[in-house]
Amino acid sequence: MSATAAHTAPSAALRFVRGINVGVAIFLVLYGTIAVLQPSYFEVEGFLNFLRRAAPLIILACGQLFVIAGGGFDLSMGSLVTLTVLGGSMLAGGNPENTWWTIGVLYLIGLGVGLVNGLVVTLLKVPSIIATLGMLLSLNGAALMWSGGAPRGYLPENFRALGRLVYREVPVTGIMPLSVIILIGFVALAAWLLHATVFGRQVLAVGDNPRAAELAGVPVGATRVLVFVISALSAVTAGILLGGFAGVSTAVGQGLELQAIAACVIGGAQLLGGRASVTGAVAGSLSLFALFTLLNLMGLPQPLRETVQGLILIAAVASSAWRMRRA
Amino acid sequence: MSASADIAVARPAREIPVAPLLFAGSLALYIVTALATGQHAYLTGEGFVGLTQRMVALGIVALGQTLTILVGSIDLSVANLISVAAVLASFIMKGEPAMIAPAVLAVLALSAAVGLVNGLIIARLDVNPLIATLGVGLILQGLLSASFSNFAGSVPSAFQAFAYGRIGPLPWSVLLLFVLAFAIWLMLTRTRFGAHLYATGGNRDGARLAGIRTERVIIGAHVLCSLMAGLTGLYLASRLRAGAPWVGRDGVYDLESIAVVVIGGTLLAGGRGGVWGTLAGVFLFATLDAVFNMTGIDAFPKQVLRGAIVILAVAVYAVRSRGHVA
Repeated sequence: MSATAAHTAPSAALRFVRGINVGVAIFLVLYGTIAVLQPSYFEVEGFLNFLRRAAPLIILACGQLFVIAGGGFDLSMGSLVTLTVLGGSMLAGGNPENTWWTIGVLYLIGLGVGLVNGLVVTLLKVPSIIATLGMLLSLNGAALMWSGGAPRGYLPENFRALGRLVYREVPVTGIMPLSVIILIGFVALAAWLLHATVFGRQVLAVGDNPRAAELAGVPVGATRVLVFVISALSAVTAGILLGGFAGVSTAVGQGLELQAIAACVIGGAQLLGGRASVTGAVAGSLSLFALFTLLNLMGLPQPLRETVQGLILIAAVASSAWRMRRA
Repeated sequence: MSASADIAVARPAREIPVAPLLFAGSLALYIVTALATGQHAYLTGEGFVGLTQRMVALGIVALGQTLTILVGSIDLSVANLISVAAVLASFIMKGEPAMIAPAVLAVLALSAAVGLVNGLIIARLDVNPLIATLGVGLILQGLLSASFSNFAGSVPSAFQAFAYGRIGPLPWSVLLLFVLAFAIWLMLTRTRFGAHLYATGGNRDGARLAGIRTERVIIGAHVLCSLMAGLTGLYLASRLRAGAPWVGRDGVYDLESIAVVVIGGTLLAGGRGGVWGTLAGVFLFATLDAVFNMTGIDAFPKQVLRGAIVILAVAVYAVRSRGHVA
């Protein structure tokens, strides 16, 4: 605390280095390495295609960020992605006319899941890690029950377009994937909600100290329920995009919840609440996705990619903890 | 400032006896289902022994998880460590009875090392325990899956006695589970380390100011937890007659061990709880499995119900807590 005052003021360069988000720094290094190996990544087109594939993870991380900022966890996101993809193909049944109401129904399911998560945490006082773990088990079971254990039906072309359509001959950038437009809109909305509204302030206050927030007049319960709804709706959005280019399978969402949490943490969010930024979450998920891409390019066998992911995860969090102590 | 006096006063007014209630409720569910479906074989002595045998694998690892959660940490790497232990054991043994002792020693040494690494990353580098143990779990699983893709080696029949042997009517493995539970209960309630564990979990800064070396306590809890995961891996290798790199993940031992600890009334934030609640939580999961078998419910609805029951079991007593949870 006062120890920092005793030091001479750090040089401008040092302050600048400390100010950079760890996630941004890691992403720049990883993406630079990818581009050296595969020069097409240096072009706008290459970057936009990278963004298109990273979009689901970024959207998941932004949704998860609200729950983390409020002091909780949402472990049910990945299974909700699976349910969205399987349910979408069952409901639409390959018929393009069904696409729009199918998407409506999927968002209603998401709304229901988020409400249940939030109410279980606020009214039944079950810790969110357990509440959403129970939801994870139930949703996985429900997705498999609904589809009979194997994916059935397929997604109509206009549904899949949301994830895979690319506009050609766009001015300035050349190409523009539809999912990147959705991504930019979603991230802007998330950043506005968390950083520019009263609601965002309330989420951070609740995550920092729920008792103090309550005494200051924050509707703690309603805020908590809303963050779980936001997280569930973003999982449905990510599921719709993933269904477009990853195809229909029962494992499509597996492990995504942990990747989303990891992305938030790499981006400097504090687990158990109080500190979070959308920029950080986006940078964290970009780093994670760049890491997957890089390991893929290097031809590392799948299992060793997990090992490297584990190492990077620990290193990123340890370095940010170290910076916090020195700050 | 007398910190100890504050701690003594800070007992909650009414403590719910979670362990006996959970145990009695599970038992009642089991008996009623067996009677209702007319499957009286489940109610014989042999039926109950079978029920306790369902507890062993999850029980041993959950005892270890109890320690990490009590100290205010958590361990997500146990499932991966279980796979590593099971594969390593059967790979070293290769069906040779003479190799049993070296294999067991190697597994326990490796487990202790993993626990030490977990503890050091959490206590020294100040990495959030969820992320630290998730990362270590990924590292372990990656190295394991890169080296083995299927069942590796085999376990000699002498070692299978660990899972299948009995003293009188009681299986060795069940006896081991209860001996371990009793030993950990003694450690928690009768030793200085146990008291330090509760103190560190209750308030880490307070414990440090009171002169407890909290880093060592956290590292100790993680080493013990990893040793328990290693034991579970040995047990699974013995039961399956060989280790495979997916046994831990298939059993979902990471999330299920956390679930039973919390169902058993141990506070997720640390500092309060104990082993008997955890065992009662494991007993609930074992009876649920048996009840699903008796009623012949399909695998997928079973999963849905299991998720709902995890939530409800915690909600039953959590709903009365005042203040906010996250």
